[in-house]
Amino acid sequence: MSNYLLVDFGSTFTKLCAVDIDNEKIIGTSAHYTTVLEDISIGYHNALNLLYDKLGKKIEFEQVIACSSAAGGLKMAAIGLVEELTVEAAKRVCLGAGAKVDLVFSHHLTRSDIKKIKEDNIDIILLSGGADGGNRENVIYNAQLLGEAGVDIPIIYAGNKSAEDNIIDIFDKYHLDGYICDNVMPKINKLNPKCARNKIRELFLKKIIEAKGIKKIESDIDKVILPTPNAVLQAAELLSEGYLEEKGLGDLVLVDIGGATTDLYSMCFATNRSDVVLHGLEEPYAKRTVEGDLGMRYSAPGIVKSLSQREIEFINREKKIDIIKEVNERYQNVHKLPHDERDAFIDQFLAEMCAYRAMHRHVGKIHEVMTPMGKVFNQTGKDLTNVSYLIGTGGVIINSLNQKDILRQMTNILNDSSQLRPEHPEYLVDQQYILAPMGLLSQTHPKLALKLMKENLKELR
Amino acid sequence: MLKTIVIGVIGADVHAVGNKIIEYTLVNSGYNVVNIGVLSSQEDFINAAIETDADLIMVSSLYGHGEIDCRGMREKCIESGIEDILLYVGGNIVVGKQDFDEVKERFNEMGFNRVYPPGTSIDEALEDIKEDLGE
Repeated sequence: MSNYLLVDFGSTFTKLCAVDIDNEKIIGTSAHYTTVLEDISIGYHNALNLLYDKLGKKIEFEQVIACSSAAGGLKMAAIGLVEELTVEAAKRVCLGAGAKVDLVFSHHLTRSDIKKIKEDNIDIILLSGGADGGNRENVIYNAQLLGEAGVDIPIIYAGNKSAEDNIIDIFDKYHLDGYICDNVMPKINKLNPKCARNKIRELFLKKIIEAKGIKKIESDIDKVILPTPNAVLQAAELLSEGYLEEKGLGDLVLVDIGGATTDLYSMCFATNRSDVVLHGLEEPYAKRTVEGDLGMRYSAPGIVKSLSQREIEFINREKKIDIIKEVNERYQNVHKLPHDERDAFIDQFLAEMCAYRAMHRHVGKIHEVMTPMGKVFNQTGKDLTNVSYLIGTGGVIINSLNQKDILRQMTNILNDSSQLRPEHPEYLVDQQYILAPMGLLSQTHPKLALKLMKENLKELR
Repeated sequence: MLKTIVIGVIGADVHAVGNKIIEYTLVNSGYNVVNIGVLSSQEDFINAAIETDADLIMVSSLYGHGEIDCRGMREKCIESGIEDILLYVGGNIVVGKQDFDEVKERFNEMGFNRVYPPGTSIDEALEDIKEDLGE
């Protein structure tokens, strides 16, 4: 009998999922607080003991594989030239690799930008700028500035190919920890994430894990292979596309509302319509966006910041709460779990706002243009109107008594025809936190991972 | 190195055929062509020009509203740090039958280096391109 143990070291919880590979089933799951500050293995062993208690016995694991977003996850800085082009391309590559993009810079860096990079505990810098054969001056200037400042963070260069030699010279001259990749935007509006994304993953494994306290339990686990969001992205992609004769669910959207961020993943093409003109940077089939200012605890104040004074007063009156006070309470006590109906009601409301706003930023927009040749539709971003499934994960959704109300916030509830939100999706919830583990399992057993997801996601009617 | 030219159709204009012909001709004449397509804004042209280090932006407009769509473009180029870029415009750039000399003067004042009347073929403009790009 071969059992796999899949571990997700999250920022708040360490989650375990045990899978029986031969009999193709999930044996059990468990979770315990992540103990990254003292020793990450304490939380891991506690979770493991919980799992044994649930099963009523100890079991052996052939493989123990982990993903991690502990200690702030993978923090990156994205640097490009023009905001809508290489800056956006660099940002998307970082997000697709499972990173958090804490800093974003366009055009020439300044000394204060460099200071921010140094002070912000950035793990990796992605330096881009210029289409191939295009602008060289800007990236060379920025690399030079990073070199002069003696930045000792790994730098991935994925900009204009014509500047590559100059960049290598700068890396050598200043002894920078530099790596060369293919341009993230080789042509205008063409996105080329693969090379840089693989390099980010490689660096994550080689360097970052050590810095994030995971080294300490190296003897307990066989390998850490992915940043957690990347595991989730791979799970979602597999669930959407299917594998060999095991069919996928088709186009879908996944939302993960956490304490610090709200992550949205959409699996579909930008559009299926022939009557629209697409604008802007090419949209990937598997797209992830992260809202660092929308979250249930660390980022709860961001929810209020996105509201006007009038909206705040309206909410306070309608919901009979003091939203600013509630949000600050959650921000100051990030481990707070709702312990009465009122707490749960407010968490539910905050989660609904996170879902609504995150979708507002993720979803494609369309507007009608009257031309001498008739009506034309001009679209930027992705058209999600026809996605078949909306899937929720993360503590607040899993523990909510009104799960569907949170997920419904992502559909077109306000009948705004300019937003291409899902129209009539089915709703699913990742009730047992299996998405990240299945992303891990998909690396070796894709068909089984897909089957287990299809069996274990809870349908909401 | 190949000279780079950004082409596209500005404003709420979806005339795609001429745009393809221009691309075809310029590519065959040995230029690196960045075609941003129809329904493009001034910012789309300028952003593409910055990232590709373009030498020339060639704006097409066939639906008569070119003057409104092109106003302020040179100023935006200056603000964006590509003040020296060449700006061409051509097509049916104004409404109705106006005296073309006057039209040309207005566009020159707006900062366009070359202004072409309706019916100009791209081959005619090609001579100017060669001259302006120093070939």
